[in-house]
Amino acid sequence: MAEQYFNEMYDGQGLRAPYQMLEGWYQNMPAEIRAVKQAEAEGLFRRYGITFAVYGEGGDPDRLIPFDMFPRVFTSDEWRKLERGIKQRARALNAFLSDVYDRGEIIRAGRIPADLVYRNEAYEIAVAGFRPPLGIFSHIVGIDLVRTGADQFYVLEDNCRTPSGVSYMLENREVMMRMFPHLFQENRVAPVDGYARLLKRTLDSVAPEKCERDPKVVLLTPGHYNSAYYEHSFLADLMGIELVEGQDLFVEGDFCWMRTTEGPQKVDVIYRRIDDAFLDPLCFRPDSALGVPGLMNVYRSGGVTICSAPGAGVADDKAIYTYVPEMVRFYLGEAPILENVPTWQCAKPDELKYVQENIADLVIKEVHGSGGYGMLVGPKSDKATIETFAAKLAANPSNYIAQPTLALSTCPTFVEEGIAPRHVDLRPYCLVGRDIELVPGALTRVALTEGSLVVNSSQGGGVKDTWVIAEE
Amino acid sequence: MLSRTAANLFWMTRYLERSETTARLLDLGFRNALLPNIGGGFRTEWSAILQSKGALQEFTDKYGELKQRNIESFLFFDLDNPSSVASCITAARENARIVRTALTTQVWDAINTSFQELKALSRRERSSLEVPELTDWTLRTAALIRGSIAATQLRNDGYRFMNLGYAVERADNTARLLDVKYYVLLPSVAYVGSGLDNYQWTTLLRALSAHRAYNWAYGGELSATQIAHFLILNPKFPRSLLSCCVEVNEHLDHLARMYDRSTTAQEAARKLLGELAEAKMADVFDEGLHEFLSRMIYENGRLAGCIVDQYLTGEAR
Repeated sequence: MAEQYFNEMYDGQGLRAPYQMLEGWYQNMPAEIRAVKQAEAEGLFRRYGITFAVYGEGGDPDRLIPFDMFPRVFTSDEWRKLERGIKQRARALNAFLSDVYDRGEIIRAGRIPADLVYRNEAYEIAVAGFRPPLGIFSHIVGIDLVRTGADQFYVLEDNCRTPSGVSYMLENREVMMRMFPHLFQENRVAPVDGYARLLKRTLDSVAPEKCERDPKVVLLTPGHYNSAYYEHSFLADLMGIELVEGQDLFVEGDFCWMRTTEGPQKVDVIYRRIDDAFLDPLCFRPDSALGVPGLMNVYRSGGVTICSAPGAGVADDKAIYTYVPEMVRFYLGEAPILENVPTWQCAKPDELKYVQENIADLVIKEVHGSGGYGMLVGPKSDKATIETFAAKLAANPSNYIAQPTLALSTCPTFVEEGIAPRHVDLRPYCLVGRDIELVPGALTRVALTEGSLVVNSSQGGGVKDTWVIAEE
Repeated sequence: MLSRTAANLFWMTRYLERSETTARLLDLGFRNALLPNIGGGFRTEWSAILQSKGALQEFTDKYGELKQRNIESFLFFDLDNPSSVASCITAARENARIVRTALTTQVWDAINTSFQELKALSRRERSSLEVPELTDWTLRTAALIRGSIAATQLRNDGYRFMNLGYAVERADNTARLLDVKYYVLLPSVAYVGSGLDNYQWTTLLRALSAHRAYNWAYGGELSATQIAHFLILNPKFPRSLLSCCVEVNEHLDHLARMYDRSTTAQEAARKLLGELAEAKMADVFDEGLHEFLSRMIYENGRLAGCIVDQYLTGEAR
């Protein structure tokens, strides 16, 4: 069983290079010290207020995401390749977005079916023909990766709207540095704390042309009941920008204004953490109280920039995902550096047939689902579950895609009995503005249950600090 | 700063001050109930206290008879009672949580810890909790939060709004407490100057943590006029209406300078300060103490309304 998965610390021949520096550390840590450190880490997280509420589960709203102290380590060579691949993908996705809201060359060229784009729920007709500043739609691209071998990474999915979790990347590092300073003194771990500055610079760089001063940037949150509210306030604080709710903004004339104690103040860039549908009740959902009435008019007349742009979601749709390598070739004229997971579109009859025949070996996901809900992990499910799911699939095949069960790599993780391998994935955050930036770090999510492949925090996943060894 | 943030800070401290006043009222009622039974006994006392909070009807609807345990629960733990200590601390913590980034870690820690301790208190067997423990805890908590704010917050506009919340709420609360004693508590005019009257005055002063301060300031003799002077016009007593008004003016002036903009809030505050600074006790009694206090509560409320309109809606230009 163990050999089936790539173990990032032991590759069969012994300890892999990036982990050698940690050997002394974890082997010399007595169990009681470990327990003390673990409690200390928990205390720090609770103190910072880093909590996570799971949608619709009730229970403790102040729940912590479990933090595993064993860091995940990449060499600078490994990272360099990932970085090139991630930036390439972020460029291609943005090129695709500005194309499909413009002339649609990729569709005219017959590389992507028109229906898949124009009849996609995430295609936003309200911004068709509009070119946002610098032509950028997705300013923060989160790319979910899994590893299956020493040199084999697959992209699981792209997040072009408002990928979350970056606060964990920053806080995990903060906590590790406080608890184990000597690890950082002895090793060359590349710092990640420049992320907020880069994000602010990215947002500044896409201010509207009408803005003739230092741009006023704000972060728009759905409010403190949102499960990611902590992250919103954390990022706003790090960037030194106001954290606003829809009620704090209003539209007057050609601009968007913020209500302040000194009267109305003009806003130039909105980093929004609410969905398209809630942005503007006059344009999208009329019952939304989270947005700002009239905002889309200001946006389309170039009075304010919204990051990510409304409509960016069409690029991270699971049905579009299959075509991203094609986008890389089409727009950039390059060979894709990162591979997609082989994917079967259940909308296509012959592929559906294959999926139905091999359902017990596949992972089947809803095209628009997220958070690990509404999916079937064939090899881990009993017969009855599979049959129920097969019926749902037959009833609405175009709602599903299927992928092979990937042999997700494992990382050493602290468990009750000591250290054991647990499956992990990786989410780096790529920033796209005047420049394309990627801090040397990412969020590693870990499935804490033995054998589990589901890393989502809503389903018992935890997080780890992710290290990139700095170049000499 | 964002108007909503300022509003959260303003209300956070208003709720904190209010929780303290409720605890002081609870203490007042508790001490009064220790008094030998004259003129209707503790029932009258407690109903007067509930009346001052405008909560008598609500209480009887929920609990029926005026039993001391129930009143304690109602004033301290009951989340259905919007001015119970628990409601106020919960609301203050909620306001604080929304504006976490405007607070120092120490202030947030103090508020959050008080909320966690409150939860622990409410899980304890009720019979193991005596009123003095509850009121002591509340006053200590309030002092800790106030101290953290004074010691660690930047002196920016947020700090001003926090202090405005404290001062506006405190003026209202002092006026109400005094009104309870003078207008509601004493069963009839016949008791003025009696042992009961004096005992109640002492209790009121104790509840305001001003018992010894009064003795120092006025030489130890209790008289209604002097106590009223102490609580209304004495600039040395930090809970007097005049002191609160001075504070409101000070913080509003800071805001006006910081923003380079004067508003109707400054005008209203200055007018009120002008009156209180000039007033003599004779004027107050000519108007009638109850009438005067009612008017002060109203004026103070109007001033709070001005602050809201001018700063907390973000629409005033």
